[in-house]
Amino acid sequence: MTKKIKNLNLNFGPQHPAAHGVLRLILELDGEVVEKADPHIGLLHRGTEKLIENKTYMQAVPYFDRLDYVAPMNQEHAFALAIEKILNIDVPIRAQFIRVMFCEIGRILSHILNVTTQALDVGALTPSLWGFEERETLMTFYERASGSRLHANYFRAGGVHQDLPAGLENDIAKFCETFPKIIDDLENLLTDNRIFKQRNVDIGLVTKEDALDYSFSGVMLRGSGIPWDLRKSQPYDCYDQLEFRIPVGKNGDCYDRYLCRIEEMKESISIIKQCLSKMEIGPIKTFDGKISPPSKKEIKQSMEALIHHFKLFTEGYRVPKDEIYTAVEAPKGEFGVYLISDGSSKPYKCKIRAPGFSHLQSMDYLIKGHMLADVPAVLGSLDIVFGEVDR
Amino acid sequence: MNNLIDLEKKINSELGTKINSSKILHNQIYLEIDKEDLIDVTLFIKTDKDTKFRQLIDITVVDYPEKSERFKIVYLFLSHEYNQRMILSYNISENEVISSLTSIFPSANWMEREVFDMYGVNFKDHPDLRRILTDYGFEGHPLRKDFPLTGHTEVRYNEDQKKVINEPVKLEQNYRNFDYESPWEGTKYIKDQTNINDKKN
Repeated sequence: MTKKIKNLNLNFGPQHPAAHGVLRLILELDGEVVEKADPHIGLLHRGTEKLIENKTYMQAVPYFDRLDYVAPMNQEHAFALAIEKILNIDVPIRAQFIRVMFCEIGRILSHILNVTTQALDVGALTPSLWGFEERETLMTFYERASGSRLHANYFRAGGVHQDLPAGLENDIAKFCETFPKIIDDLENLLTDNRIFKQRNVDIGLVTKEDALDYSFSGVMLRGSGIPWDLRKSQPYDCYDQLEFRIPVGKNGDCYDRYLCRIEEMKESISIIKQCLSKMEIGPIKTFDGKISPPSKKEIKQSMEALIHHFKLFTEGYRVPKDEIYTAVEAPKGEFGVYLISDGSSKPYKCKIRAPGFSHLQSMDYLIKGHMLADVPAVLGSLDIVFGEVDR
Repeated sequence: MNNLIDLEKKINSELGTKINSSKILHNQIYLEIDKEDLIDVTLFIKTDKDTKFRQLIDITVVDYPEKSERFKIVYLFLSHEYNQRMILSYNISENEVISSLTSIFPSANWMEREVFDMYGVNFKDHPDLRRILTDYGFEGHPLRKDFPLTGHTEVRYNEDQKKVINEPVKLEQNYRNFDYESPWEGTKYIKDQTNINDKKN
């Protein structure tokens, strides 16, 4: 006697704590084995690219904070670099160090969130409690430099908005001393943990070839054993003056990606330390009055400065006709901005290349044949943030 | 090839007639091709041992509504081996159907869906061409230049019907696009107003 068995369709999300935001994943299940996964995205689509086309270059910066909102400044960096390359302006060395330092802080912010929530998804509660305390400290640094914890709006074409307040460098240096201990604590909880390993080792395997074919970048690529990091291969700002290593995985599973992230946090700490030691007092944005606004004091005294200020905050600066693609190594992978300027003060087109978009796309490939319980583990190790996937 | 100029020469000599123009700018190669040659060119740059553009970074479109060939389709490639980037582009007019890259790069799937969703460009041989970022049942293609920034419809929960409904967008104040470009001549709306006044007189 034969019995007809129908596959079960299961809706995972959009309101599921392990969906890391608003992901609707339609799973086709054969028993507990996933046959097919169809991610429905776009629930957080805000039309960022359309809005940027209607704003001046300076007004467009805050939209980048709202893409990958766990590491805001890394996104701003890509946009600032794109404009700088078109305008062909130099960034003062202090500004470069400040930007790199805050990008690395962003990397730690993002990796803490990812590592601890991945642990949470597979059943460990404590790491997230410990990790989030550190994120809070880091966000205070963001706040002291830029005035806000998350949506920093700090990077400008030609430098940063303002200099670091007194004492911040010392406090960041102190943090660099205490934080490695926290990473060790997290590692004690997770790295050799039997349950964590059972849930992550050999789950979500990615081969080298597939990692390239599916446009993976960042940890997803390095976890599969491809030593590729834009900070090394196409250095931007002052990354070529800094020494750091690129951790690479062996097996390309969720566990290797976790290990890569832990190692990257340690490297980030070392980069921050180097930045702090190499940073000297100096200008923090370009002196070109047509691009960066004058100081308050100048406005009071100089007519030219006043005109510059008025023109910059109404019309904004004009960017000559050009076409460029710039990418940075954001915590999640290659974050790129494809910018077309037409000589006016607004971008004609600004395509944002978010790493999470291609990563999430491979969900079907990654999860096919795995158990339902592996879905959160794989999703966690992809490091998805919907701000950037949906844009 | 590690040298950008050699690489450009190599591509030009190998593909010859298929390349309409090529240039090097910002350390990247910009290639312009014909719509029909997309698959051939992509296959070549992906597999050739001197190019090895193994990764498709992104696909996007630039909309120039005033041109007869309205859309410029842009492909971004990356070669890890030689650390090079390439930007490939061609122009099509509004209702043309273009070939899909999904058979060469599986990652093209969602990128082409996004292009379809945002610009309404159709792909042939795409396995699953659906909207991706906009809402279920959305109409129009938001990134086209003639699509208004405020959109056409807004969504809200209707208490009487007990469901979420779409209705024409209502704004207390229209979206205002200030024109600061030429303060000495006066902005566009002032010029328009003076023209109307002149005609009246």
